[in-house]
Amino acid sequence: MKLKKCVIGAAVAGLLAGGVSAAAFARDNIQIAGSSTVLPFASIVAEEFGNALAQFKTPVVASGGSSGGLRQFCQGVGANTIDIANSSRPIKSAEVESCAAAGVKSIHEIKVGYDGIVFASRADKGSFALTPKHVFAAAAAEVPQNGKMVKNPYTRWTQIDASLPDQEIMLVIPGSNHGTREVFEEKVTHVGCDAFPEIKALEGDAKKAACNNLRQDGRVIDIAGDYTETLGRLDAQADAVGVFGLSFYDQNRDRLKVATVGGVVPSLQTVASGEYPVSRPLYFYVKGEHIGVIPGINEYVEFFLSEAVSGSGSPLEAAGLIPLPDSERAQVLADFAARKVAK
Amino acid sequence: MNHEARAPQGALEIRKQLIESSLQGRHRAERVFRAIGLAAVIMGLGFVALLFTTILSKGLPAFWQATLTTEVYFDPAVIKVDARPTPSVGESPQQFRDRDVVWLNRLGMVNWNRIVEDTLIAHLPEAAEKRPLVRTLLTSGERFKLRDMVAADPGLIGQRVQVALLADANVDVWLKGNIDRSLADSQQQLKPEVRAWADELKARGVIRNSFSTSFFVNPDSRSSLASAGLGGAFIGTLYMMGIVIFLSVPIGVMSALYLEEFAPRNRFTDLIEVNINNLAAVPSIIFGLLGAAVFINWLHMPLSAPLVGGLVLSLMTLPTVIIATRSALQAIPASIRQAALGIGASKMQTIFHHVLPLAMPGILTGAIIGVAQAIGETAPLLLIGMSAFVATLPGTPLDQSAALPVQIYLWQGNELRNFFEARTSAAIIVLLALMLSLNACAIWLRKKFEKRW
Repeated sequence: MKLKKCVIGAAVAGLLAGGVSAAAFARDNIQIAGSSTVLPFASIVAEEFGNALAQFKTPVVASGGSSGGLRQFCQGVGANTIDIANSSRPIKSAEVESCAAAGVKSIHEIKVGYDGIVFASRADKGSFALTPKHVFAAAAAEVPQNGKMVKNPYTRWTQIDASLPDQEIMLVIPGSNHGTREVFEEKVTHVGCDAFPEIKALEGDAKKAACNNLRQDGRVIDIAGDYTETLGRLDAQADAVGVFGLSFYDQNRDRLKVATVGGVVPSLQTVASGEYPVSRPLYFYVKGEHIGVIPGINEYVEFFLSEAVSGSGSPLEAAGLIPLPDSERAQVLADFAARKVAK
Repeated sequence: MNHEARAPQGALEIRKQLIESSLQGRHRAERVFRAIGLAAVIMGLGFVALLFTTILSKGLPAFWQATLTTEVYFDPAVIKVDARPTPSVGESPQQFRDRDVVWLNRLGMVNWNRIVEDTLIAHLPEAAEKRPLVRTLLTSGERFKLRDMVAADPGLIGQRVQVALLADANVDVWLKGNIDRSLADSQQQLKPEVRAWADELKARGVIRNSFSTSFFVNPDSRSSLASAGLGGAFIGTLYMMGIVIFLSVPIGVMSALYLEEFAPRNRFTDLIEVNINNLAAVPSIIFGLLGAAVFINWLHMPLSAPLVGGLVLSLMTLPTVIIATRSALQAIPASIRQAALGIGASKMQTIFHHVLPLAMPGILTGAIIGVAQAIGETAPLLLIGMSAFVATLPGTPLDQSAALPVQIYLWQGNELRNFFEARTSAAIIVLLALMLSLNACAIWLRKKFEKRW
C-alpha cells in the first residue's frame, strides 16, 4: 500500500516537474491578437494562408482590442508572446517605448486597408441624414445656446434639426476600449464641435472639455463588447442609433438602415475615394525579433498584402475591407522588405 | 362525547372558539406558504422550460444545413499536376517532405473555383455567363475539400464522383427563411439571380437540407462560414476535461483522505480547512488571472493551449472535490471503522479496504459535478488566450484550441447574425447535452452504489 501511494505521489510530482521543465515550449505557428475590427480580416487571411501553403500551420488569431493586443505584443520576445498585433489605430510612441523596454525593438508597421464607420438605426425606423454637427449636438454634455454653454437640452432629433426623424435621442457608441471610439471622436464629435462658432472660439482646456465631454444622462450608451451587443441594444430600444463597422452593417442590412453623413452614403466606393468622412486605416504590427524564429511570418505578411488576398475583388474586400490602392500596397510591402521600423 | 360532558360548559366553549379562530389563521398561513412554495417551483420550471424551448427551437434547425449533392468532374484539363511524389531510395525523410510540400502547394494553386463553377453550371446552364456569381452558391471552403480529396487519392483526376458540398451560409439563411424573403434587393445579402438559382436547385432536390456532420467535426471557420463547426472546440474541451479529471480527482481525494483520516486536529489543519472552503467560493475569473500570471508569464507555457486551460480549471475544481470527498468520508458511520480496527486491520487497511470503497459513490458524484461545472467555465479561459480563432483541430493538449463555452461566445459575436444566431444555440445544445450526460452519469453512479445505513 505504502508503495502504491509512493508511486502515485511520484507520478504527480513528476507531472508538475514536467510542466515546469517544459518551460521552453517551441511554437510553429503564428500567434496574432488585437483589434476586433481587424480580427475577421486577419482570421480569413490566416485560414487561407494555412490552406494555401502546406508547409506552414494555420496562424491563430485572438481578439482583445487594439490596446490589449499591443500590450500583449509588448510583453517581450519569446514563444509565449504574440508575433503580430492587429490594430485599428497607429501605434503610439508610448507603446513603442514600452515595447523597447521589454526587448521588442523592431516593430514593423503594415497598413492593410481602410474601414468605414457608420451610423445605423433599425430598418423599420426613420432614415437619418446626419452631419457631425447633429451628432455632437445629440451627444455632448453641454451645447452652446444664445452664446452660452448650457446643459444639453435636446431629447428628440427634431429639436436639433427639423429634417431629422422625430425620434428620441439615443446613441449607442463603442466604449473607450475600442479603437473605433477614437475615430468616432476625431472624425465626428470633434468636427461637429468645431462647427459651433462659440466652441471654436474657446481655447485650450475649455475647448477640449467642451468637445470631449459626452452627456451622462443615459442618452449616450457606451458598449464595451462587440457590434452584436450594439445590435442587441437596437433591438431593445427601437429609437436608438448605433455606431457600427461598415462590414457589420453590410452583413445585417436586413435589420439595419444606414445613415448618411454629410449627405454621403457609406459604401466601399465612397470610403475608398475618401468622400465618406468617417473612416480609418487598419494596421498590423510585426515583431521583427520573431521573423525567422517562428516559421511563416514573412510569408504571412506577403500573403496578406498580395492582390489576390487584400486587393480589389479579393475575399477581404468581399468581407468588407476597403483595399489599399495598388501603389500604396506596393509601398507597404517594400517598407516591410526593407524592414523599416515603426517609431 | 364524554369529554365535553365532564368539562364546564362555558370554559370549553371559550377554548373551542379560541382554537377554531386561531386554527383558521394557521391553516390559512399554511395554505399561503404552500402556494408560495408551489409558485416558486412552477416559476423555476417555467424559466427552465422557456430557456430550453427558445434554445431548442433556435438551435435544432442548425443541425441541418443546405447541402448540394452533385457529381463533380475532376477535369484533368484544369487539374494539371504530376503524380504525387513517393519516397525514393537514398532520400532523407526531410527531403521527401519538402518535395511533397511543393507538390501539395502546386495542387493548391489549381483553379479549384473553376471545378466548382463547372459543377454548378452542369445543373444551371443559364449561369455559364456569370461564373463568379454562380460560385457564391457554395461556401468557399468547399474548394479545399475537393483539393483534399485529390491529395488523398490522385487517381480521382479525370473521374466523376458524387460529392456532398455545403451551400454558402447566406444561401442556407435564404432557403431556411431566416431572412425576410420579402425584403427589397438592397437589403438582401444574395443577388437576385443567386436566390433564384438556390430556389430552383432546392425545388429540383439538388440542394437538400441534410444533417450536418461538418457541424460536429469541422474546426471554426471565418473565410467559409457555412463550414464552421464545433469539432476543434469539442476536442479542446475533452482535453481539458481529461486534464481536470487526471489532476484534480487524485490530488483532491488524497488531500481529503489525509485531512479527514490522518491529520491531527489543530489550529493549522483548521486553517487549511477554512481556506479550502474559501477557495471553493473564489470567483473563477481570479483563477484565470492566476493561471495567466503563473502558467503563461512565469512558466512560459503556450497561449491558448488546452493544457493551460486544464490546469487552471483543475485548480478551480480542486476545492470542490476535496469538500465533496470529505463529506462523503464523514458520512461513513464510525462503526465501520471500529469494526475493521477491532478485527486487527491497520488504519491504512481500514481506510483503503472499507472506508474509501463505501465513500466512492459520494466522491465520484462530487468529482463529476465539479468537472461538469469546470467545462462550462468561460471567464478563466478568456484570460489565458483561449478565445482565439483557431482554424485547425488540435492534435495534442499543447496545440492552440478553442473550448465549447468560448466557441459559443465567439459565434455569438459573429457579424453574420442570421446564420450564427442558430449556430450559437446549436453549440449551446451540444454543451448542455455534454453537461447533462455528465450529471446523469453522476446520478446513475450514486444510485447504483448508494448504501443506506
